[in-house]
Amino acid sequence: MSIGLPHFLIVSLIVFALGLYCVLTRRNAIGILMGVELILNAANLNYLAFSRFSSGHYDGQVFAIFVIMLAAAEAAIGLAIVLGIYQTFHTIDVEATETLRG
Amino acid sequence: MTHPISVDYLRWIVLLPLFGAMLNGIPGILIQRRFGKNAISLIACAPVIIAFVLAVRTLLHLLSLEPEQRFLLDRLWTWFDIGGARADIAFLADPLSAVMLLVVTGVGGLIHIYAIGYMHDEESYWRFFAWLNLFTFAMLTLVLGDNLLLMFVGWEGVGLCSYALIGFWYKEWANASAGSKAFIVNRIGDFGFTLGVFLLFWSMQAVGHPTVIFRELAEHAHLLDGQVFWGVGVATLVTLLFFVGATGKSAQIPLYVWLPDAMAGPTPVSALIHAATMVTAGVYMIGRLNFLFSMAPFTLHVVATIGAATALFAATIGTAQNDIKRVLAYSTVSQLGYMFLGMGVAAYGAGIFHLMTHAFFKACLFLGAGSVIHGMSGDQDMRNMGGLKDKMPLTFWTFLVSTIAIAGIPPTSGFFSKDEILWQALSSAHGSPVLWAMGFAAAGLTSFYMFRQVFMTFYGECRADHHVKEHIHESPAVMTYVLAVLALLAALAGVLGVPEALGGANRIEGWFEPVFAGHGAHGGHVAAAAVAHSFWTERFFALLSVGVAAAGFFVAYAMYRIRSFSPDTVAGIWHGRLYRLVYNKYYVDEIYGAVFVNGTLLLTRVCAAFDRYVIDGIVDGSAGVTRFVSWLNGLFDTYVIDGLVNRIADGTTLLGNRFRQLQTGSINGYLYVIVFGVVVIMVARLI
Repeated sequence: MSIGLPHFLIVSLIVFALGLYCVLTRRNAIGILMGVELILNAANLNYLAFSRFSSGHYDGQVFAIFVIMLAAAEAAIGLAIVLGIYQTFHTIDVEATETLRG
Repeated sequence: MTHPISVDYLRWIVLLPLFGAMLNGIPGILIQRRFGKNAISLIACAPVIIAFVLAVRTLLHLLSLEPEQRFLLDRLWTWFDIGGARADIAFLADPLSAVMLLVVTGVGGLIHIYAIGYMHDEESYWRFFAWLNLFTFAMLTLVLGDNLLLMFVGWEGVGLCSYALIGFWYKEWANASAGSKAFIVNRIGDFGFTLGVFLLFWSMQAVGHPTVIFRELAEHAHLLDGQVFWGVGVATLVTLLFFVGATGKSAQIPLYVWLPDAMAGPTPVSALIHAATMVTAGVYMIGRLNFLFSMAPFTLHVVATIGAATALFAATIGTAQNDIKRVLAYSTVSQLGYMFLGMGVAAYGAGIFHLMTHAFFKACLFLGAGSVIHGMSGDQDMRNMGGLKDKMPLTFWTFLVSTIAIAGIPPTSGFFSKDEILWQALSSAHGSPVLWAMGFAAAGLTSFYMFRQVFMTFYGECRADHHVKEHIHESPAVMTYVLAVLALLAALAGVLGVPEALGGANRIEGWFEPVFAGHGAHGGHVAAAAVAHSFWTERFFALLSVGVAAAGFFVAYAMYRIRSFSPDTVAGIWHGRLYRLVYNKYYVDEIYGAVFVNGTLLLTRVCAAFDRYVIDGIVDGSAGVTRFVSWLNGLFDTYVIDGLVNRIADGTTLLGNRFRQLQTGSINGYLYVIVFGVVVIMVARLI
């Protein structure tokens, strides 16, 4: 059994699902950020797989590099926000931020 | 028409006093504090004295020329040049203005020097001299200006300075209001003068020569002959308007009332402005425009009649006054009347000659009176004086000489000038026995009131109270020397005008010949005379004049010196009614007060009522309408515009309140919504 496009997509789907689950269920802010990283990596896996199995374009791989870079930026900003939350509420539990309710 | 000779020194005669005025007027108070009053005196007197030296130079220059060429012009620049009408800043000197020049700078200079002594204790010493210099500047502009407009500048300038100097001690209400009175009465006259300038210029334009320059006016004035404006000859109307100006400035009936009140000013001012120079401006103006006046026999008649009437009228008032300066004031009005009598019978030379001699003796009299007031510690009432002869000898002698001169007793200057006018009033083509008789009667009264003044002031027992008596002293040398010089001039200036009938050459008439040539009656040369005359008739009338002057003297002597009959007896005639009438100056001030001042006040009250009820009504009404409209507008604003705005705001608030509930602050909640949204979009795409 050779490994084809569906295998990659299934792996990517599993990673995406795990990421989404993490994002939706975690109350720890850093956990949410990690879930976002998983979702982004699932998307990267999709890009690479489609790039590999389509007719010789590299657009997908270039986009994957962009997404990695974007993930780094997102992590930097996200961690800064988490730090801000910690300094204000002395916890990183996102429930605490409900006082920002409108 | 001869061409004027250009010179460049006349301007300094005018400008030097202006420099003095500016130097004393602007930083004067600093100069006085830093360098003292002597510096102020120097700044004030030096320009006038230098101007006098230049005036003498002008005279010598004129004398060195042929009589027909005696016309110097100093042109500075063109003032304006619009539509063919040109006026220059230019100064002219001809025999007429040269005489005025010498009087203004000569007598003016002497009075400046006298004022050093008289005003010595004055706080605002600098202010006094600044105004005095500015006056000299304005008077010289009036005299030397080569066109009507420049003359008018001077004409107004002297009026302003007169106002400021009458009210010099402005902290007293009477002085300030006397200044205002002089200014307002003068303005009435000036209005006539202005109209005269306008009408003359307008008519000259109508005949093709729009000009205000005297030289050109003299050349072309004959074109106005036969021109008619509103049914009156233009020349007559113009000259009448000019004469209205002259009655204001030179204090003639009916505008003479300001001059006696003007005595509120310091005595040097009375001497300079209200005796020697400014008040003669009207006479000078007629002399300058003699070519116009000679074209208007009716105006000449008016001038002569007003002059003679003023001479007589003011002389009668002078007999009953007790204030030493007021007697002199009415005397000045009376003497100015003589000058106008002279001008009115077209004896211009005689009028100007009397102007000159009057400047000498009246300045001397005023300054003498100032010296007396100085000695009397400020008291001006002659009833408190007497016996000052021995205490103030120099003042007395100079005053006496001038009195003899003004009374017209030979051989003083006053005799020759006044007699010349009286003779011309009788013998000139424009003269008449009535005019002569009025002048003759005034001459007798003049002699009477002047000697009355001398006897009341200098003879008899001193009636001053003990305190004042102790302080009576002769004035300082700077004042008495001036008096001596003026008295000398008053005594001797007559030699210039000894008529041919008395063996003289009447040099002053000959001197004026180029200016007045062909326009007036000269010294008795004109054949068309009202009375056939020879030298013997002239001598006879001269003798009559002397006789009436002597009569005046003897009556005064009898009443006030030896008291052979008491002044009270005379005052008691007709139960004192006549005396009261004269003493109260014929109630002219009261009549003017009732008619003009109260009339004006009534008019202002009517105007005020009109203002209050009509104008204010209109304004208030329109304000009410505006208020009503704005009230409506306000309602619209409150309920419609504001309502709209508020409803929109309410809507926005409502919406906002709804939407803010979405903002739960729960991050998990947001994430669920995002995922839900993505799923919805995907499902929608798939379908």
